[in-house]
Amino acid sequence: MAGINTMIDEGRTQDDVAPLTAVEMPRQESIDENYETVGSPLLHNPLVKTRNVNVFYAEKQAIFNVNLDIAKNEVIAMIGPSGCGKSTFLRCLNRMNDTIDTCRVQGDIVLEGQDIYDRSVDAVELRARVGIVFQKPNPFPKSVYENVAYGPRIHGLVNRKSDLDDIVEDSLKRAGLWEEVKDELEGSGTGLSGGQQQRLCIARTIAVSPDIILMDEPCSALDPIATAKIEELIAELRENYTIAIVTHNMQQAARVSSRTAYFHLGKLIEVGETEIVFTRPVHPLTEAYITGRFG
Amino acid sequence: MNKNLNLDKHISSQFNDDLERVKTHVLAMGGLVEAQINDSITALIEGNASLAQKVRDKERAINSMELDIDAECATILALRQPAASDLRLLIAALKSITDIERMGDEAKRIASFALKLLEDGEAWTGYKEFNKIGERVRKMTSDTFNSFARFDVELARTIGDQDRSVDTAYHAAIQELLSQISDNPENLIQNMNVMWSLRSLERIGDHCINIAEYVIYLVEGDDVRHAKDKAKEKKK
Repeated sequence: MAGINTMIDEGRTQDDVAPLTAVEMPRQESIDENYETVGSPLLHNPLVKTRNVNVFYAEKQAIFNVNLDIAKNEVIAMIGPSGCGKSTFLRCLNRMNDTIDTCRVQGDIVLEGQDIYDRSVDAVELRARVGIVFQKPNPFPKSVYENVAYGPRIHGLVNRKSDLDDIVEDSLKRAGLWEEVKDELEGSGTGLSGGQQQRLCIARTIAVSPDIILMDEPCSALDPIATAKIEELIAELRENYTIAIVTHNMQQAARVSSRTAYFHLGKLIEVGETEIVFTRPVHPLTEAYITGRFG
Repeated sequence: MNKNLNLDKHISSQFNDDLERVKTHVLAMGGLVEAQINDSITALIEGNASLAQKVRDKERAINSMELDIDAECATILALRQPAASDLRLLIAALKSITDIERMGDEAKRIASFALKLLEDGEAWTGYKEFNKIGERVRKMTSDTFNSFARFDVELARTIGDQDRSVDTAYHAAIQELLSQISDNPENLIQNMNVMWSLRSLERIGDHCINIAEYVIYLVEGDDVRHAKDKAKEKKK
């Protein structure tokens, strides 16, 4: 760049240039308790409707008054710094937080007209409709076949072995794993590579025909190739399933989702079309996070 | 829309430096081209052959700066995967330098016409028109680069009106020169050279508009290009 540097003296000088910083970034404490989410958190005719959701771990509040709708067959990414509440909120959607004694969930979470926290709702059945894939692949210490067959069997979805075989094959195909394991269905699920194990977990989730698949950092333990396969899979799955994904990888959020929700200190700051959020976010906190301006 | 771009607030100070460098280099290129435009206009009006030759000689340096800034932006895109205002800055920089380089070409063209007119050795008749339009284009160019330097959207929005004023004066000047050609056909070549010089000034104005639109996009995120076409599409 020697050419350019010598030209600076002849052209516009630094003195002509306004400083790049006009004001300080908003302070974290400055978010109002009565904040409003910017963008488009609410939808017409959503599959999932959440209203005034507050979550507490004992006395500590982790989620503040979140209102967010999720549409059928959309992929929504939830992003935000560590501790912002995105995973906590995700886990509210299939009552995984029920397993934590100190956790209290307030507000309405409605799936196709049914309040999922209503006493009449069986959490086990709910989790078949709203499956979840975790950060670390967690196949059962059983065969590949049994990992996928387990769910349909305990939920009583099949009566005949041939029907179960069909579900296993179909689920593994949908998860993009069939070609790699079809000759080793009796091999151990834990013997697969990390990426294969994660796809096996996705196949296990698909096997019980969920409406929604929740993914909590599904690629954080995978290498770039395995990550690319999961992302490709998400693109295919969106045709038949609704997917909510929590990720720290913003490029991944940008690639796989159609809408993005930004959480900050337990508050849902902004929701919008992914393309808009990553090119011209409205809220300065969203802008600061996705451009790496604070940690 | 947040207008405070805070480009120096990244966790990575290296990223701050990279973006700062791109901005500085775009402005350096713009400053050089602004000087080239001023010199070419002066060379033509004052009949200054050495100044015209200087403009022609410097044009290569502008092309080289365009390549350097292209490479800088490509590196940042590959290594940093910028988003939001950082991404818009790089897009605005990449698109602006194409226009700035073409403004440099137009300045060189004006300098070449200045030399041709000097070779003809006769006083030329388009002086007043060229001087008037030249002054407006000088101001437009300065305002355009100031708007980029200061991320000044209000100033960028004035460029459209300034360009319309240049266009009006340009069309009037062309009509005047056409009637002169009709009255004195023996001065055809000379008048054609003046017309081409005026055309170069008018084109510089068009490039200023493009850069001003990139400034608005960079700061506000709004793509204001082809606004009339978009309005028509909406009506349909």
